[in-house]
Amino acid sequence: MSITYLEAIREAQAKLLRDDERVFIYGQDVGGTFGGAFKATKGLAKEFPGRVLNTPISEDAIVGTAIGAAIHGMRPIVEMQFADFSSIALNQILNNAGTHYWRTNIPVPITVRLPSGGTKGSGPFHSQSMESIYAHYPGLIVMTPATVEDAYTMLIEGVAIDDPVVYCEHKYLYYHLKADKLENDGTPVGKARIAREGRDLTIVSYSAMTQESLLAAIELAREGVEIEVVDLRTVKPLDTDAVLASVARTGRLLAVGESFPWGGVTAEVVARVASAGFHLLDAAPARINAKDTPIPYHPNLWSTHRPNAKVIAERARKLLRE
Amino acid sequence: MLQTAPRGKKSASKKARLPERYLEAFRWMLLARTFEEKLVSLYRGGQITGGVYVGKGQEAVSVACGLFLQRGDVFAPLIRDQAGRSAFGEPLVDVARTYLGSIKGPMRGRDGNIHRGKPGEGQLAMVSHLGAMVSVTVGALLAKRWQGERNCVGLTTIGEGGMQAGAFHEGLNIAAVEQVPLVVVATNNHYAYSTPNEREFACTDLVERAIGYGFEGYRIDGTDLATCLEVIGGAVKRARAGRPPQLVVAEVLRLSGHGEHDDASYVTEEIKREPFARDCLKVAEKMIVDLHLIDRETLQSWRDEASAKVEEAITTAQKEPAPDGGAEYWCAISTGELADPAE
Repeated sequence: MSITYLEAIREAQAKLLRDDERVFIYGQDVGGTFGGAFKATKGLAKEFPGRVLNTPISEDAIVGTAIGAAIHGMRPIVEMQFADFSSIALNQILNNAGTHYWRTNIPVPITVRLPSGGTKGSGPFHSQSMESIYAHYPGLIVMTPATVEDAYTMLIEGVAIDDPVVYCEHKYLYYHLKADKLENDGTPVGKARIAREGRDLTIVSYSAMTQESLLAAIELAREGVEIEVVDLRTVKPLDTDAVLASVARTGRLLAVGESFPWGGVTAEVVARVASAGFHLLDAAPARINAKDTPIPYHPNLWSTHRPNAKVIAERARKLLRE
Repeated sequence: MLQTAPRGKKSASKKARLPERYLEAFRWMLLARTFEEKLVSLYRGGQITGGVYVGKGQEAVSVACGLFLQRGDVFAPLIRDQAGRSAFGEPLVDVARTYLGSIKGPMRGRDGNIHRGKPGEGQLAMVSHLGAMVSVTVGALLAKRWQGERNCVGLTTIGEGGMQAGAFHEGLNIAAVEQVPLVVVATNNHYAYSTPNEREFACTDLVERAIGYGFEGYRIDGTDLATCLEVIGGAVKRARAGRPPQLVVAEVLRLSGHGEHDDASYVTEEIKREPFARDCLKVAEKMIVDLHLIDRETLQSWRDEASAKVEEAITTAQKEPAPDGGAEYWCAISTGELADPAE
């Protein structure tokens, strides 16, 4: 038996609905026999009547409704059809959910699922990675699972957390990643994972870029270079200690992310290492991001816009020479 | 009163007038006005940091919003709702604490002035982004429905300015889709900060939007307490009884600046002569006196009592400690162990 990243997300939601009567799923096209644009809720409306609900195309009101339900005892899971459309709900997520506990002492246990990142042909409005925006604001936990196991356990843990969780699930990984079975006890939320051990250079990444980084590490291993790959798992909180510990072992840092280059998760990683671990570095820290343009439609352009294993390996080679 | 409810359902009939609630409502209005006058004087004396936003001229609408809600109901007030908040049960000292920055207040200095609430007790804490609280109220009502709470109502307020925000549209639409027992009370005070109605919307009558959303709609004179109580009270009753969501649009003139920093010099002399520019507190006072519900002596004793309550609330809050940046717990999430270790 094998299970995909997407199936893990569906299974996690089925388990949540089964185990916790406070849970409901709210979003565009999630209900009925349709089960979501990516089928992440396929069959759940039938199995859990009245708890998997289609909504109007009203991202702001979808999240606002979830907030109201959450502060009155429910555990809503919101599915944004694409992460890109969560821009319409930014106000509710950042200014309402993100400020609520701080202001009122009442936490807002919503989980907002964002089908994130690029797949070829999806273009500027169906390919975005929004984690850096959400991580920038106070009051939110931002998850970026890179494996099937994490997709499953982190969604379950995310719904259990009393605070708002932005769960960035990567669309490229939906069908590309498979696991033999689902584990129930993963690494704790907020802790990074060493995805591959190495001694020559640390690559810090998350979500689909962890997979690209692992491919780059395999390629470099053939050249006799041992790359350590740190999978952040959550970008907020950012497990700075794990990153510093890895850089202490390798002396070199390359941070890799799929979002736009100005600021963001990779900049944060580099800043923290430069600030707290400057003495650990044998070379200037580097980072790779997507290009500073909207995300292109054509596969020839898209595959150049998005970081990939080849680019990561090239940059790592250069960094190793420095 | 213009009504856009379905034909044959003239629920807000003349016989439903509520003289027994006039005095109670007037008293809350008086307390709100007295309190806000005190806030203004403190602000002018430099004793309040940040803004002061008052509901002068809107107390009749506001009090009607709070008066008919019960324990278990949800109230999402906005910036000109002191009368309604008090009628709903907000202690005056909490208002003073929030304006004066006491750590004993519900917001503990983390937020101020009208950005306050106790969501655990049914009073949601507004954000400044207009229209955002409509859908939050919808969600609260859905939760209550699923938890088996029957007979509860949610009421949220907005101005004609906020009615033009996208979130307001999404909120009303989703409320009607979910058929939650929601009442939306919109007060057209004729200015969005300084912008007059003709630059805010182009429809003939805002209440006509009710039909488009699947709401039942009513337009009222917001300066007349009797009408406010009758129609807003009726809307609460109808929502509670399972009628579709209710929209009430009340016409008033804002008798203050947007905030106390604003001299409102843009308000024209012409509009100040409109019928909706009357001071609702004076109208209410005349009504209860004319109906012989109260004598002059009692009225004066109520004024004195309101002043005493206001003084007590302010004095209490002034004596309480302010927050301390060095002692503050700088963590925006309840799961402290998941705080980000940023510098």
